[in-house]
Order: sequence, then C-alpha cells, then structure tokens
Amino acid sequence: MKSRRDFLKTAAVGAAVIGSRSNIGLAAMLDAHSSRVVIARDAALYSADGSVDEKRIADLLDRAIAAYTGRDKPIEAWKRIVPVGKVIGLKINSVGGKAIATHLALTLAICERLQQAGVKPGEIVVWEFSNSAIERAGYTIATDRNRIRCIGTDTPGYGYEEQPQACGAVNVHLSKILTRECDFVINLPVPKDHNLAGVTFSMKNPFGAVEHPNELHANGCNPSVAELNSLPAIRNKIRFTIGDALSSIYQGGPQFRPETLWHPNALIVGEDRVALDYTVWQMIEAKRAEMGLQTLAAVGRPTTFLTTAAQAKYNLGTNDPNRIQRMEI
Amino acid sequence: MKFTSNGWMLPVWFSLFAAFMGMMVAVTSTTGCKKKSVDPFPATGAITGWDKTSETRVYAAKDLYQYIDGDAEQYISAGVVSTSTSDYKYQGKLEATVDVYTMGGADGARTIFEKGQTRDAQTVQLGDAGIAYSQSVTFRKGPALVRITAYESTPNAQAALLALAHGIEAKL
Repeated sequence: MKSRRDFLKTAAVGAAVIGSRSNIGLAAMLDAHSSRVVIARDAALYSADGSVDEKRIADLLDRAIAAYTGRDKPIEAWKRIVPVGKVIGLKINSVGGKAIATHLALTLAICERLQQAGVKPGEIVVWEFSNSAIERAGYTIATDRNRIRCIGTDTPGYGYEEQPQACGAVNVHLSKILTRECDFVINLPVPKDHNLAGVTFSMKNPFGAVEHPNELHANGCNPSVAELNSLPAIRNKIRFTIGDALSSIYQGGPQFRPETLWHPNALIVGEDRVALDYTVWQMIEAKRAEMGLQTLAAVGRPTTFLTTAAQAKYNLGTNDPNRIQRMEI
Repeated sequence: MKFTSNGWMLPVWFSLFAAFMGMMVAVTSTTGCKKKSVDPFPATGAITGWDKTSETRVYAAKDLYQYIDGDAEQYISAGVVSTSTSDYKYQGKLEATVDVYTMGGADGARTIFEKGQTRDAQTVQLGDAGIAYSQSVTFRKGPALVRITAYESTPNAQAALLALAHGIEAKL
C-alpha cells in the first residue's frame, strides 16, 4: 500500500493529466487501467452517547477529498470535483431509517464545502425517492428553489418521467429530479448487506431514482444493476461517490438491524462505481468472517451483479483488485 | 345411480346442511360479521413512559419496497398482506420504530421470524414466540409479526422495548 505522501504525489500528477480534460475527471484514473478508492477513517467519530461528532465528520470529509484529489485545500479540491454554475444533486440513502441512512451531518458538511467552492444554495438539491423516506432519515423537506432543496421525487411538481426507458427487460421511469433538475450528482450511499444483491452501495443507490425499483430485484438484481447504471442519465450524471460508511449492516440488510450494526467509521470516496462496490463487498465479507458468518455466496447471495457490471458490454468500471488502487488513511 | 332409502336420505340431509352453512357464510360476509381489524399500536401513555410520535403508516404488499427496499421480497414470498409502522419515544429520549407485518397466516409469520435470528438472540415470552436483543424485540402472534427497533443502546432499552411489546401483544 502506498503512503499518503507517495499517493498525493502520484495523485497530483494524475490530476494534472486527467484534470486537463475535465474538472470532474479528477485523479481517479492514475493511468488508463486503474481506479482509485479512498477509505478515510476516524475511530473517534462517535461520542460516548452514540451521537456523531459533526466537526470530526467535516474534518474526515476534507481528509478524504484531499487524499482523492491530491489537493490539501478543501476548496481547491471541491472546485475540481463539481462543475460550478451547474445544479449539484446529492443522492442520499434513507432506506432503513435514520440509524442507517446517509448521516445528515455528512450531507450538511458537503453542502457547506460546495458553497465555499462557489455553488449557490439554489443550485444544491438533496434528494431521495420520497419525502417520507427523507423525513424518516432525519432530514427536513425544503422546496424553496432559492435555497438548498431537500426533496423526494413525490414532491408536487417533480415526479417521474412519463416516457419509460428500457433497462434490460424492464421499462423504468426515472425521477425528474435526476433527469431535469440535476446536472451532476454526488452519490451518498451507505454500505450494507442486501438480502437480494448481497451488498448495496454505489450502484444500488440509484434504484432510488426509479419509480418501481422492486421490478429490478429479480435474480439478485442482476443484470438490472448494470443495466440501470448504464442508462445515460445515471452513467453521465451520477459521477462521484462519497460513501457514508460511518455505520453499516453486515447481515440482515438493507433494513436497520441493531444486532448486526457495526461502525467502520469511514468515508469511501471514488468515481469507479464497480471498484467502489467491490471494495465494500470485501469489507462486508471481512466483517462477516470476523463475526463467524458464512460468505454471501455460501448463503445464496453472491454479488454477481459486480461481475456483470465489470463486463466490457457495460464498461462501468473494474472489479479487478489489481486495478483498484485502494488507499486507506 | 340407485340409492337405498337411507342412502338417498343421506345426500338430502347433507345437501340441506351444506346449503345452510353456505347461507351462514353469505350472511356473515355481507353483514360485516367478520374478524375485527385491530389497531395494535398503543396510544401515548398507554404503556408507561412511551409516547407514540408519528401517525401510523400502512403499506400494502405491493408498496412494501417503498419502506424496506429489497427486504420486501422475502415478506411477499411469505404472504404479507399489509405492513403498519409507527414511531415511538421512551421517556422523551429513546426512539424506536414498531413494524407490524400482517401475513396471510401464522406460517408466514413463522417463516420470517425464524429467518431473522442470530445466535445471540434471547428467547422471551411474547405471543407465539419471541426474541430480544439489547436494541430490538421481535415476536409473532398468529398471522402478525412484530418488530420493535430502538435507535440507540441504553441500559434500560431492552426492558422498555419489552414493555412496549407486551402492550402491542395485548392488542393483537
């Protein structure tokens, strides 16, 4: 594993090369054949009473983004991530309720950094599939277009596209928040065991952009995960992931199960959605082994969607560990 | 087909009896004389220390994914009819959610109940069967499967959850 100093050096070179093409290309691809995943940890995120320390989350976010972009100044780093002047969506994950949803403190920290990087409040949309899900996760609905919005697709005036899109064998209707409101979306999934797909993280979170995601659940969500992430609106807009791995569920997910809750105390950052999901799969398998549980494949929930998504046909990213540059800080 | 006198009489009485039973079924179904639907959620103050802090939300089987995403599939396979959920708070601090899954029959409740257990589950006397952890209680009673989940771990959480569980059981 590279040291942070070595990593930042390499990242800076990568950023110079890739960044010249696009301000959102970042340093994710150090060369054409590898993807970067940063896992930033802070063991002291949770205080004794079980609440999260908001200041430490913001600091952890800065460290994660600095490591990923190779830039120590958060504002500079964020300017390389998001296209200023565009509408930035933050796709949270609220399934499971507030104990296992994207932490509000993390979302607020990202909103603050976005504004410091020049994004106006009215250009930030925190979103999820429904208002009730958002509220269950501890967020408050906000619909004023001049301020940071926090909305579900069922908010009056939004809804789903009338025109369906073919997603493999299923026709799906995408959220208008994704298709019409957002130019660029930061994905904020939560890593969890999933009773159908094996694990849920980066590529599963966009199921919340679909009107009837249950229609994509067949066969362990395979190939629907790959098909959905290949749709232009999702592939081209949901480009950057800041995974909220402060908490996770290693068995019995995606619902909240306090008996199988654990705290990786981490943020997982990257652009390659397959590499991100591969990394989370490995983390969850390791935790299951530690707790004496069988592998996901052994209990009939292999993560075959990962293999499919990595196929050239979909070209969504890599699940080859030799091509994933995993950096733990 | 020929019948003896007794043999002929038997089908006549049997037919009359069957017709009578059919009428009774028709009457009970049209007059609403059927099992009363129950509200299993204790009101604020009904269980010492517990406040009901949200409206009860109800999901039909086809909409259950909106609440529990992929978990819905196992409930649907086990015959879930509807799911009701409400939030509670104990002594103004400990937050919990109560989920009541109404299955098509007791077998469905048993299927889900037995699936969700881990080795450290503690058996408790609730309904037809119950288990508890430090932050959750699950039990089944007839076609109902009830799960109560607290969002934090406190020294008295399990005792408080069990008290709430007994209150729900009594209403089922």
